[in-house]
Amino acid sequence: MSTAKPPAQEAAQVVDAVLADLPRHRGVVVDSPPGAGKSTLVVRAAGHLAATGDPLMIVAQTNEQVDDLIVRLAEEHPGLSVGRLSAADYAVPRRVEGKAAIGTKLPDLGDPAVVVATADKWAWAGGRTWPWAIVDEAYQMRSDKLLRVAGLFERALFVGDPGQLDPFSVVDGERWAGLSWDPLQSAVAVLLRHNPDLPVHRLPVSWRLPASAAPVVSEAFYPFTGFRAGTAPGERRLAYTADGMRTAYDHALEEAARSGWALYELPSRHTVRTDAEAVQAVAVLATRLLQRAPVAFSERGERPVTADRVAVGAAHRDQVAAIQAAGLPEGVTVDTANRLQGREYDVTIILHPLSGRRDATAFHLESGRLCVLTSRHRHACVVVARAGIPELLDAHPSAETVQLNVPVKFPDGWEANQAVLAHLSKHRVEAAPLR
Amino acid sequence: MSTLAALARLRALRDGTAQRLATVRHVHLSERPMVLIPLRLAGEAAAPLAVMAGTDPAHPRLLVVPQPRDRDLRFAFAAELAELLLPYIESLQKDTETVERRGAEPYERCVDAPQLIVPNRGAAAFVQLLGRSTRFRRAEGPYAVHASVPLLGRWLTFLAQRGRHPGSSLMPAATEALSLHWATGQSALEDANLASLIGWIDPPPGMTGAAAARQAEDPLIWPPAGPASDPGFDAEVLAPAIRAYEETRTEHAEARVREAVRSQLEPTWRLMWRAVGLLAALPAGPGCAGRWEADRAAFTSFAAQLAEGAPPQPRRDGAVGAASRLARMERAQASYDAQRAYDDPLVMAGYRLTGEAFTGTVAHADPERTEGEGRGRKLRPLVTVRTTDPVRLAPGTRLGTPERRGQQAELVAIDGEHVTLKIVKGMGRGMAATPGAVPGVGERVCYAALLDDFQPPAALPPPEETPWTHGGPPPEYEPPSDEEPDEEWS
Repeated sequence: MSTAKPPAQEAAQVVDAVLADLPRHRGVVVDSPPGAGKSTLVVRAAGHLAATGDPLMIVAQTNEQVDDLIVRLAEEHPGLSVGRLSAADYAVPRRVEGKAAIGTKLPDLGDPAVVVATADKWAWAGGRTWPWAIVDEAYQMRSDKLLRVAGLFERALFVGDPGQLDPFSVVDGERWAGLSWDPLQSAVAVLLRHNPDLPVHRLPVSWRLPASAAPVVSEAFYPFTGFRAGTAPGERRLAYTADGMRTAYDHALEEAARSGWALYELPSRHTVRTDAEAVQAVAVLATRLLQRAPVAFSERGERPVTADRVAVGAAHRDQVAAIQAAGLPEGVTVDTANRLQGREYDVTIILHPLSGRRDATAFHLESGRLCVLTSRHRHACVVVARAGIPELLDAHPSAETVQLNVPVKFPDGWEANQAVLAHLSKHRVEAAPLR
Repeated sequence: MSTLAALARLRALRDGTAQRLATVRHVHLSERPMVLIPLRLAGEAAAPLAVMAGTDPAHPRLLVVPQPRDRDLRFAFAAELAELLLPYIESLQKDTETVERRGAEPYERCVDAPQLIVPNRGAAAFVQLLGRSTRFRRAEGPYAVHASVPLLGRWLTFLAQRGRHPGSSLMPAATEALSLHWATGQSALEDANLASLIGWIDPPPGMTGAAAARQAEDPLIWPPAGPASDPGFDAEVLAPAIRAYEETRTEHAEARVREAVRSQLEPTWRLMWRAVGLLAALPAGPGCAGRWEADRAAFTSFAAQLAEGAPPQPRRDGAVGAASRLARMERAQASYDAQRAYDDPLVMAGYRLTGEAFTGTVAHADPERTEGEGRGRKLRPLVTVRTTDPVRLAPGTRLGTPERRGQQAELVAIDGEHVTLKIVKGMGRGMAATPGAVPGVGERVCYAALLDDFQPPAALPPPEETPWTHGGPPPEYEPPSDEEPDEEWS
């Protein structure tokens, strides 16, 4: 994607086009790649819609997302009255206190201009229709959830990241495959199949991903739409203020600081999910990173990278628990890909979903999982993996049953995995032999 | 595959005999199940060749379509099958019991329900297909069929759909039911062969399971359990017999097809009853009865729908129907997983290995601890459990326990071998715990991140109010008119 326009101007034009489309259509969809200013758009659109005097409902997917939105709304539109619907056992976090009227039922809230709640909570709030709704993280919302709330609004703006994890279920949904209202599809997929004329906009610039990561992520996970980095190469820099010890860990961290990527590669082996050596490597890398006192230079200025700016990601919950148990520095976030969606850090250390596996299942091949894990960072991403993943992928080509009437989905998880690995192989650091 | 199942398979391979994966039976077994083995004509999607079925191991009924490509013969066969199946189903509708419900009218529920045991997943899928091909047929107009055929189609559809409902035992597949309780030394794909699976579990005297399973792969000794038949048999025996029938249409030719098919089905018939016997020898898990109750309720309500003259089940679920079925199935799946683990220490062991559950002894208990002030003060007993299990749970996780069903605890902290829990539900009302509700010091307890307790999901809109995002309200059902008997086959 080459364009002469400065990124800020290009992004602003898309936002203006979205706002202009709102009154003209029953629904508007905005695709937003990682860190492309989705929340900014939601907050701006909320202000824009509330300014018309019509009440507005906002649907988010998790309580944390609801809280984040309330904080952002209060910052950007201090005059706007905001209500929050919540479950009876919801504990109000400090950052939300005083910023929204909180209640379990609509009448408890007074009559605020904007009401925010999770999709699950909205499903219980009947008895009133809203002229406008904003559905946030709409690609992570299952269409059956949309079915429960769609009767509440007349028109809606759907915002989300198509590259992230698809919704899932513990039961086999084969019987609905190919139906235009397949309840296991995302809300946007079902919406667009029934309303193919709705406008779809794309935010073109990632403000989060550095120039070293945006082309890699864009090519692997957004092959046809693409996006670019908001910063130029060299505009962001990571430096260590403490010297290293020339171990493989240090080499990996230095490679990550230099190029934005590092693959810390352990010897090939089939392991259980909570591979003790890989878990140990992740924990040591996180500890060593902070010991080296990193400093990040960016358009926001010079800032030390503290523990709260570092995240560790993995595919499974037991891996997360094992990494936690291996001893991480205080304050470092460690979570599964699902829960890291929508979050941003300076440096991330991830355990590759296919590391040490014998097989590549649909779960592990899902492109969204790797996309989330490799697109949370502003500066650098260190991937910990066992050697042999390309061979594993070659041995497991995607062989899912072809279902009639199911739209072909891009990107293909197998191909996206290969693309990321091909790039990582240029930043490979071999693990030190274990003693 | 879980680590525990992998270990069991390795052991099975080493010892040459299947290993138990469960200490109790997790499938309900009816006192009078009907075994049903369908065969399909190779190369045809929905052409039944034969069915061997019955409730008495000594007297199987064999129904055969001597020329499966002849549609009239197919539906004559469907009428015969209806004659066999419908009396069995109807006999179970007679006895009912009144069920009292809190906050709702009491209702009538049949005291028993039909149980159709098929050999494998493929057979179950074929039963569903058979239901699909018969339930829209009609008893009058062009291409009329016997009145019992569409009724059979609805019942087959009901049973096959319910068979996919997690935890249901209305239509279990024998290979799946056996694999739930035994691990063999072969792959899951090979386990779908009923003869070799039973070879592993119950080999003939003087033979290892591995050897019996190898022998079971010879189609001349153990013909496939269907729905596909052995290609060698098809080419050498079946095809000439069908051709002879086609040419002469005599009783003698029909009998030749029948005897050929019988030779293929009888070994499987005996295997099926051995599978039933193997399962029956296991003690029933406590959760089976509750899940069978749900099956009986589903059976009763479907019978009532039929009696009220409801139209045949739609070919596909509508938007609202799909969402509501998904919600029911997800709930049933979570509940089934939790009940199996609670009922069976061996299943629970799998969760303990992955760190989602743990067993230990109570090291410290504070049954009178409260939280909050004034009117908001609540009883929240604390229990510290000492365990050597690798607990991998985050603080705040809700836990259940097999020892005290209905109780819920919240994980507070993990400190080495000590796990601290806060009991938040099911310890009694007021400011004092019910005696025995809080485990005492020294008691052996098990907690797991599995709950068999669910909030009902939020209501869905009625189908006629399907919103614009999901395509709007569906058109109303209209039976196909006589002028246009052509069906849309997409």
